[in-house]
Amino acid sequence: MAAPHRPAAVEGGAAALAAVAALALPWLLQALQMDFYLSVASRVLVYAIAATSLNLVLGYGGMVSLGHAAFVGLGSYVTGILLAEGVTSGGVHLIATMAIAALAALAIGAISLRTRGVHFIMITLAFAQMLFYLANSVKGYGGDEGLTVRARSLFPFGLDLRNGLTFYYVALLVLAATLFALARFVPSRLGRAALALRDDEVRAEALGFATFRYKLTLFVAAAVLAGIAGALSVNLQGYVSPNALHWTQSGTLLVMVLLGGVGSVWGGLIGALALLLLQEVLSAYTEHWEFWTGWVLLAVVLFARRGLAGMLVDLRARVLAR
Amino acid sequence: MSPIFILEQALNGLQFGLMLFLLAAGLTLIFGVMDMINLAHGSLYMVGAFLSAWVAGATGSFLYGLLGGVALTALFGAVLEVSLLRSLYTRDHLSQVLATFALILILNDGVKMIFGTDLPLAAPAALDGPVELLPGLLYPAYRLVILAVGFGLALLLYLLVQRTRLGALVRAGASNREMSGAMGVNVARLFTGVFAIGAALCAVAGGLLGPLLAVQIGMGENILILAFVIIVIGGIGSIRGALVGAILVGAVDTLGRTLLPHLLREFLPPQWASAAGPALASIAVYVFMAVVLVLKPQGLFPVRS
Amino acid sequence: MIESLQRKSIIAVVVALLAGGAVAADKVKIGFVSTLSGPSSALGIDIRDGFLLAVQLNGGKLGGLPAEVLVSDDQFKPDVARQLFEKNVKRDKVDFMTGVVFSNIMLAALPEALDNQVIYISANAAPSPMAGKDCNPLFFAVSWPNDAYHEAAGEFANQRGLKSVYLLAPNYQAGKDSLAGFKRTFKGEIVGENYTKLGQLDYAAELAEIRAAKPQVLYIFLPGGMGINFIKQFVGAGLGREITLLLPGFSADQDVINPVGPAMAGLFNTAHWSPDFSNPANQKFVAEFEKEYHRVPTLYASQGYDAAQLINAAVRDLKGKLDNVEATRKALKNARFDSVRGAFRFNTNQYPIQNYYVRTVGSDGKGGLINKSFSEPILKDHGDAYVQQCPMK
Repeated sequence: MAAPHRPAAVEGGAAALAAVAALALPWLLQALQMDFYLSVASRVLVYAIAATSLNLVLGYGGMVSLGHAAFVGLGSYVTGILLAEGVTSGGVHLIATMAIAALAALAIGAISLRTRGVHFIMITLAFAQMLFYLANSVKGYGGDEGLTVRARSLFPFGLDLRNGLTFYYVALLVLAATLFALARFVPSRLGRAALALRDDEVRAEALGFATFRYKLTLFVAAAVLAGIAGALSVNLQGYVSPNALHWTQSGTLLVMVLLGGVGSVWGGLIGALALLLLQEVLSAYTEHWEFWTGWVLLAVVLFARRGLAGMLVDLRARVLAR
Repeated sequence: MSPIFILEQALNGLQFGLMLFLLAAGLTLIFGVMDMINLAHGSLYMVGAFLSAWVAGATGSFLYGLLGGVALTALFGAVLEVSLLRSLYTRDHLSQVLATFALILILNDGVKMIFGTDLPLAAPAALDGPVELLPGLLYPAYRLVILAVGFGLALLLYLLVQRTRLGALVRAGASNREMSGAMGVNVARLFTGVFAIGAALCAVAGGLLGPLLAVQIGMGENILILAFVIIVIGGIGSIRGALVGAILVGAVDTLGRTLLPHLLREFLPPQWASAAGPALASIAVYVFMAVVLVLKPQGLFPVRS
Repeated sequence: MIESLQRKSIIAVVVALLAGGAVAADKVKIGFVSTLSGPSSALGIDIRDGFLLAVQLNGGKLGGLPAEVLVSDDQFKPDVARQLFEKNVKRDKVDFMTGVVFSNIMLAALPEALDNQVIYISANAAPSPMAGKDCNPLFFAVSWPNDAYHEAAGEFANQRGLKSVYLLAPNYQAGKDSLAGFKRTFKGEIVGENYTKLGQLDYAAELAEIRAAKPQVLYIFLPGGMGINFIKQFVGAGLGREITLLLPGFSADQDVINPVGPAMAGLFNTAHWSPDFSNPANQKFVAEFEKEYHRVPTLYASQGYDAAQLINAAVRDLKGKLDNVEATRKALKNARFDSVRGAFRFNTNQYPIQNYYVRTVGSDGKGGLINKSFSEPILKDHGDAYVQQCPMK
């Protein structure tokens, strides 16, 4: 098979195209009189950040976590509670969210990473459900009715996340920064170490690798990113409920990562886009969109193990090999 | 707190625990024998409830409904196993999680398309009243039936697994699959059988709980997690572990709904106490599971060699 | 630039205004979001059917304009309701939102309407904060204040000389309001107060508590499927022999009577409406509802019907011009229509002032059961306890 022709250039070109499209989207929607869909696009961005954070843990760390949504929910609650108490500074929200997510992940990770395989899956699930029930019990902040917040995060230079356009661009910025960082991380020394770890942990350990520390670092980093996604989410919806931490939400994030491509930089974005688009398009035609989504997912699991990103890579390889 | 109150709550906890056992037993067998994480197990419980409700509605008899529901669900389980789930046994756990999650989506909407969002299921009218167990303790007849069926099935499963050839095969398969295969056991048929039994147990729970809860879409999602917690606590592949784990979880849940709010009401407003009680009980269950996982990762009654 | 686009549309509207007076809308669009699936779906379905019946009897119009009602199901989930509200308000550009059954769902979704200057008319949930400090000029309750049925029940309990009561309600805003309302009027002793999880269906643990507390009377607020299950299990546990069950209309209307059956006979409950009210508007409503849907309407259906009639009267008074929210609001507040409940008027906080009656479940003469009301109201011309906290005048 011939070597792919200038892959970096193609990859870079695709990224540039995506960036231009994302930047121009609000204008396009306005022109088409579809500005309602700006909030849909914003929702895609928030989910993309959350899914990318899961991909860090799953695709690059090899850790199957059924409790990742809890960190997103945690971020939403931290920011939501601050807003409900009258604290509107976005900077405070950001710092508080990141700090609390990091602490929680440190505690949860330190215990969970002592287990492997299905036990790790179950214990991450257990911790997520503990946080879920905790959120249910705090009647002062809504409890199982959820917390409605009227205020929004305010950032310097007059950036108010209540404005749909501002929110979209802030979320886009966060996602772009995330993808950029991830793209730099993968070929770096740390990234290659993580991949070695994921592919053959026993061997890596035998080679003197500090597996536990690496995994914990990835776990905490992913949780912090998930928390940021959560902080954005509560700003977009003006509402957070314990359901955000439920294991089925973690399942949805896993689905996005799978659809997009486990271990691929764009996997989180492509997966979020694919699932939410699928949902929007299908629900316009039928109320049974979950049914068809399930089949698509099943097909991907059974036949396209590397997800849509994997399919795109294969496609590109085939096109370039001509 | 009067002895009648304690006894009544103990019966409630036991009843809940036994129904959880029915789900956990099937799940632990499937996980133990086939090494498969089946997130769709709660959906089998839902399918069982809907089929029972449908047959009961069509025939006018709760008993026929239950029996019909169990038979149809076992059949459905077998078909599902042969057609789809078989290809997942050799895959990694992540693929199993995702594929069975997809199955949850498909079954939720699939059942909705065929039966609607919920179906009524009423217990037989003869069981609508109470039974006087002790002077002052009137316990609903229907719940006593549930307790009886739960105990009966637990005994039956025990005898099946410990005393029959099928049971021996299951135990062998759970502890060492390659060896059993090498010894000439028809592993494929064994697996289908185990899955069908698991599905049937789910249907019994679904049909029996239908009149108390509601037969509705999504009813399996919360109970599924509890079932997983139970099998982790009890030990994957162990029926005995599933029983012990289920009764423990049932007891803690009932404690949380009753004793804890009493205590909390001393220093919290009633709304907060009522919310915190069940939440703390649920958290306690998960804390317990986490502790077991860290100290005894194979569970309380490990089975694997 | 987006601003220039906005400027262009403003110019267009001004031109139109100068050209030929205010533009009348060509139809009235209503976003109807309610719980149409699950154990409590009977409530949402009835509100919807009542609402659509009124539109149909008005010839498919409200206030003379063809009415387009966009119906969707919130699936008993606040998140879903929020998204449906957003779609109706931003994409479909409706003139009014209505329909939600449950307070928690409504409170989560309401900002999507109110923050975007769309009026919400509640055909059911009417939580106490929105009657008081959180009152909003764009929120109208055409049903009752949340506390009302329970205040009526407390007063009835006093009249009957009932001494000790155990209280039970789900742990959400309406549940909180309900027991607060009962305690406001009731003068006897409260021997227990317990809150269950919203949507809970198995009450074994709570029933054991009630048995141990030995109250004379049990007062519950458990709407929809929750009430059906509770009452069945209450009877199954043999508690009906020792304890009198007192109910608000929510747990004793036709949607509960039918599935529970004979155990409901003789139970007292309180409500603002009963199917046997003899005023002409109600007689027409009940007859037409039974003809169209082949079942007896519940109080929820009566509320949906009245909501549509309210909109009808307001749009008629506005002569179809819906472009000014403040004018629409005034029209709603002052609208005169024949409510199926009899006398109806809005308080300054846009919550109803009306009568409340005691009903009892009796024979309908055809082998079934139906509610029958006592002619003298237990609470007359009754508002709510929160109106003083509302700044609206």
